[in-house]
Amino acid sequence: MTMKRKLTATLVGAAMAALAGAAAAEVSGGVVKIGVMNDMSGLYADIGGPGSVVAANMAVEDFQKTSKAGLKIEIVSADHQNKPDVGSTVARQWIDTEGVDMIVDVPTSSVALAVNQVIREKGKAFVNTGAATADLTGKACSPNTVHWLYDTWMLANGTGKAVVETGGDTWFFLTADYAFGHALERDTAAVVEKAGGKVLGKVRHPLATQDFSSFLLQAQASKAKVIGLANAGGDTINSIKQAAEFGIVQGGQKLAGLLVFITDVHGLGLKTAQGLQITESFYWDLNDQTREWSKRFAERHGGKMPSMDHAGVYAGVLHYLKAVEAGNTDDGTKTVAKMKELPTDDPLFGKGEVRVDGRKVHPVYLFEVKKPEESKGPYDYYHVRATIPAEQAFRPLNEGGCELVKS
Amino acid sequence: MEIFGIPTQALFGQLLIGLINGSFYALLSLGLAVIFGLLNIINFTHGAQYMMGAFAAYLLLNKAGLGYWWALLLAPIIVGFTGVLIERFMLKRLYNLDHLYGLLLTFGVALIIQGLFRNEYGASGLPYQMPPQLTGGTNLGFMFLPNYRAWVIIASLVVCLGTWFVIERTKLGSYLRAATENPQLVQSFGINVPRMITLTYGFGVGLAALAGVMAAPIYQVSPQMGADLIIVVFAVVVIGGMGSILGSIITGFGLGLIEGLTKVFYPEASNTVIFVIMAIVLLFKPAGLFGTQK
Repeated sequence: MTMKRKLTATLVGAAMAALAGAAAAEVSGGVVKIGVMNDMSGLYADIGGPGSVVAANMAVEDFQKTSKAGLKIEIVSADHQNKPDVGSTVARQWIDTEGVDMIVDVPTSSVALAVNQVIREKGKAFVNTGAATADLTGKACSPNTVHWLYDTWMLANGTGKAVVETGGDTWFFLTADYAFGHALERDTAAVVEKAGGKVLGKVRHPLATQDFSSFLLQAQASKAKVIGLANAGGDTINSIKQAAEFGIVQGGQKLAGLLVFITDVHGLGLKTAQGLQITESFYWDLNDQTREWSKRFAERHGGKMPSMDHAGVYAGVLHYLKAVEAGNTDDGTKTVAKMKELPTDDPLFGKGEVRVDGRKVHPVYLFEVKKPEESKGPYDYYHVRATIPAEQAFRPLNEGGCELVKS
Repeated sequence: MEIFGIPTQALFGQLLIGLINGSFYALLSLGLAVIFGLLNIINFTHGAQYMMGAFAAYLLLNKAGLGYWWALLLAPIIVGFTGVLIERFMLKRLYNLDHLYGLLLTFGVALIIQGLFRNEYGASGLPYQMPPQLTGGTNLGFMFLPNYRAWVIIASLVVCLGTWFVIERTKLGSYLRAATENPQLVQSFGINVPRMITLTYGFGVGLAALAGVMAAPIYQVSPQMGADLIIVVFAVVVIGGMGSILGSIITGFGLGLIEGLTKVFYPEASNTVIFVIMAIVLLFKPAGLFGTQK
């Protein structure tokens, strides 16, 4: 009897070892390799940049604390310089020769759309947190892509709607001349027109423009009540700063920064930024959990508080790793399917889900930038003005034109 | 009244704006022209030095409590001094070599400087307030002209013409020009040519820093500010004719105007129009509009 039991135990043990071996074989190269790709040195470098690498590392460490899978995880990073050709070359090289399984962050919509294509072709996984274009879950949606953080539809329906509701019914757009600006302008114009407002004109400026005075004069001449800034990062900062100089706000026109990050507010200073209405899905000072995480982040990032992109990278990587563990594979297509199957739960965005079109949904906040005298110090910048529930914050599933929804 | 569908009033506004941007081009390309004309060095660090000027203003204000007017005086001296060090320890060794080596060295130095500033201050940049004496603006009827921008045009014109005058019309300038023609001969007259060259480089760098201080209240003080501008400024210098002082001033203002008009008629092309002009000019006048073939 004991003999038999011993034998059974040995057999079970052997079977389990074999199973474990099989499981390990499902992870390509024996290691889950994550590539953080973003603008490391240009105008968007503070939004993502090296901070995203810090966030990804934190996600891996926090995952390993609770995970029993014993996965070997490695993180690499690269600068895409906001150029689609550089982005897709890096993605190909990562996948073909370095065994990268998943790419995360990738701000700059034009680059994100290019990388989206490469990843789909190669059957890997893409967790995009940095780019804004809603096309990633619309006509360019892919079974290999999760769009985690925000998109142009959400921004338009946050800030855009709030501004129209307070009487800003005629608009002039200052648009960054590439995929992101065009998408943001299109989605915001739709919101404005739906609410009975009118778009009086627009001007498209090259990415990373220094001087906006010429464009601002055109906006001023349009007599529109609202000047919508469909740009980001350094471009938004310079537009807002120079609008103040040309007396645009004193002249009765209102600026609507459609995509403003906390790092931009930090760069502008509260004196210039006060009163701006901003839509974001994360702010470090929302609750105890976000505060705790952000403090840990800041300690490792030279005292700088996280942007919403950093929070997105952390939560996206965490959920990806959970899906790898649950699905026992780092195959891109299978893991992304698993990410959609598992409900999301993390300290920064709370509970949520990844929809079939790849859209991650969570509540979104409408913030107003504090006056200098209301702020207690650096990074104490926002009042929460409204919380938009997850189901209203993002474009309804059937309106995006994503092919995955129909099937 | 309208011209090509644009009201004349708006057109005047845009021309004035073009002139303001031209002031920056002129100031920066002037420094480049002085350095190239007298040292034969293509100073790719110029953009980084412009950025350092803006940062010097920011640091003087926040660390030493010295405001804009002090910065206007001190930042060029401080940054000019760093230029002197670069010339003394690095550039000096390259004078006998091909232009390419100077270009590579200065480009590398620029990347290092920008990287250091980005590590320390981030990419979004820092705010710098306008001096209180120059806030507000004047309504010219056809546009609202911020006082600060008016000041930029005037200051830039004065500095540009002053520099041109010193180099082309004074004894000191004649020494400088002679030293570039034949350094040995000038040296034999008892003039310390190496020191003169060092100081010239310092002066050119100081001009970049001055432009940086003037730019600080308008643009974000950011590590990237020079890198974005320098390529355009090089195009300006090439169009004007490498090393031609007057050429760089006139071309700087002129291209500012053309760029301003492009921003009205076809904004999408506003960052390429200067390069198109450069290509055309090089086709017909390879030495640039005001350059002389050596």
